[in-house]
Amino acid sequence: MTLCLFAVCIVSSALLAAVYAVTKEPIEAAEHAKTISAISQVVPEFEGDPVSDTIEVAGKKYPYYQVSKDGKPVGYAITSSASGYSGRVTLMVGITADRVIYNTTVLSQAETPGLGAKCTEPEFADQFKKWNPAEKVLKVKKDGGDVDAITASTITSRAYSLAVETAVAVFDSIMSGNAPDIEAASGATPECSGEEAENQETK
Amino acid sequence: MGKFQLITKGLIKENPTFVLLLGMCPTLATTTSAINGMSMGLATLFVLVLSNMAISATAPYIPDKVRIPAYIVIIAAFVTILQFIMQAFTPDIYKTLGLFIPLIVVNCIVLGRAEAFANKNSVVDSACDGIGIGIGFTFALTLLGLVREILGAGSAFGFKFISGDGILVFVLAPGAFMALAYLIVLFKKVTAKKGE
Amino acid sequence: MEYILIIISAIFVNNILLSQFMGICPFLGVSNKLSTAVGMSGAVCFVITLATLVTYLFQYYVLVPLHIEFMQTIAFILIIAALVQMVEIVLKKVSPSLYQALGIFLPLITTNCAVLGVALMVVTNEFSYGGEPHMLNLVESIVFAFATSLGFGLAMILFAGLREQIALNKVPKPFQGIPIALVTASILAMAFMGFSGLV
Repeated sequence: MTLCLFAVCIVSSALLAAVYAVTKEPIEAAEHAKTISAISQVVPEFEGDPVSDTIEVAGKKYPYYQVSKDGKPVGYAITSSASGYSGRVTLMVGITADRVIYNTTVLSQAETPGLGAKCTEPEFADQFKKWNPAEKVLKVKKDGGDVDAITASTITSRAYSLAVETAVAVFDSIMSGNAPDIEAASGATPECSGEEAENQETK
Repeated sequence: MGKFQLITKGLIKENPTFVLLLGMCPTLATTTSAINGMSMGLATLFVLVLSNMAISATAPYIPDKVRIPAYIVIIAAFVTILQFIMQAFTPDIYKTLGLFIPLIVVNCIVLGRAEAFANKNSVVDSACDGIGIGIGFTFALTLLGLVREILGAGSAFGFKFISGDGILVFVLAPGAFMALAYLIVLFKKVTAKKGE
Repeated sequence: MEYILIIISAIFVNNILLSQFMGICPFLGVSNKLSTAVGMSGAVCFVITLATLVTYLFQYYVLVPLHIEFMQTIAFILIIAALVQMVEIVLKKVSPSLYQALGIFLPLITTNCAVLGVALMVVTNEFSYGGEPHMLNLVESIVFAFATSLGFGLAMILFAGLREQIALNKVPKPFQGIPIALVTASILAMAFMGFSGLV
């Protein structure tokens, strides 16, 4: 009896190990393809493979990818996140070598469908294309910035802006090679969960 | 019962969701859109057919006392295989359905069919039964997903037909319960009429 | 502070039944009477906490060192099945009346997705409670599992209470049984949605 159950376990495990061995490469390839496609969405055209690296800013590690063309670095794809309405909003932010945001894409979010989840839609996300952080402030208009918030989803919009702002700070420290003393870098745990923000995502 | 009947009975008469009320967790959780519902249904179909076949083939050799653990191991093995395949070839759907893929292991439908059908019938019949019930489940999930998507997002299978939002609550948790309740009532009505 | 956030989040904001849809079978199946709902919640609470403890240790001290994480689903479901069996034997000895009341539902805890769901969530998901996202450590996992099962109990008992009241009323014929229960659950879920954004 026990022997039989044991046999079933052994056969199943053997089968699993076999399938695991076969699918291991496609799974890795799929993950790689996904990263590459996320990167190529947010940076200008590049050649060769993106070089991955991490940088520590204000005690936190940020993974980023550097892409180059004709031997010169043309852009950086930086992963950063901030607390949204439900869980983290994680972005990949592409910044070109002249410190202008090329594009952004959402890697993961769990915001309310139809409200905060609209941050993945072009109506909101496209405003960050060609955004120059030196000219426009990465804060929602309500907080005195230039970002058009999603209607009834101020918290998500704030989180998005904050994540982009963090990415810019990370970019600066990549460029200068040392950790700068910029508020946004430590601001990834945002003040936006504060009292006055509480009621704003209700509809 | 003929093979054809085995396959079609799951669609209406013994529909696992609307009539037998089994496998409620993935039914409610993954039907935020028609595509998601359909993917979940097809994933379950895959496991159901393979586990039904494997269990039917091995049933004569497994002592009665340890059959349930043995079935669970077999089902869990197929679920894990499904996980690998989905991760490799459909990573986006895998990510959307999330935890509910491994949770197919504890879907009452799969173990239920093993216990009620597969262990006493031939491999071919069990496969047909798996296909039938799986299609019924897929049909139910797609329908529920479609209803929720149309009402909640104003789109069907991803094609938007109204501008702006739908009745958002249907995409959220309460809408799942509500839509399912009304679909079950509708189903009762339809099957009752047929019986007359 | 973080523990309080975990508890509030698991009980109210991400209620396992009403917002995650795990463990719906017992939620609809044994919620006719308040007393059975209480018993079921107790049993689930015990099993979830215990199962999460064992599977957590198994994951980090057996599966990860041996590099066989892909055996996760099989291993976890077997552990849970064995644990449920154990609880059944203990309950039979300690409280025969409760055993009788829950009789057929105890084996069903094995196929209660909430148990496997919580065990898997703890070892696969990253959680962030205000701070940086991270994998839960052992104590956090236990707190999370226990709070989740409290959330299960809360929703279950509220729902059973509501259903007892509904049983006294006239319900249109097609809605009798499960459909009216689902409509009730829907309204309850709407009430729980009010908690979202709290953590």
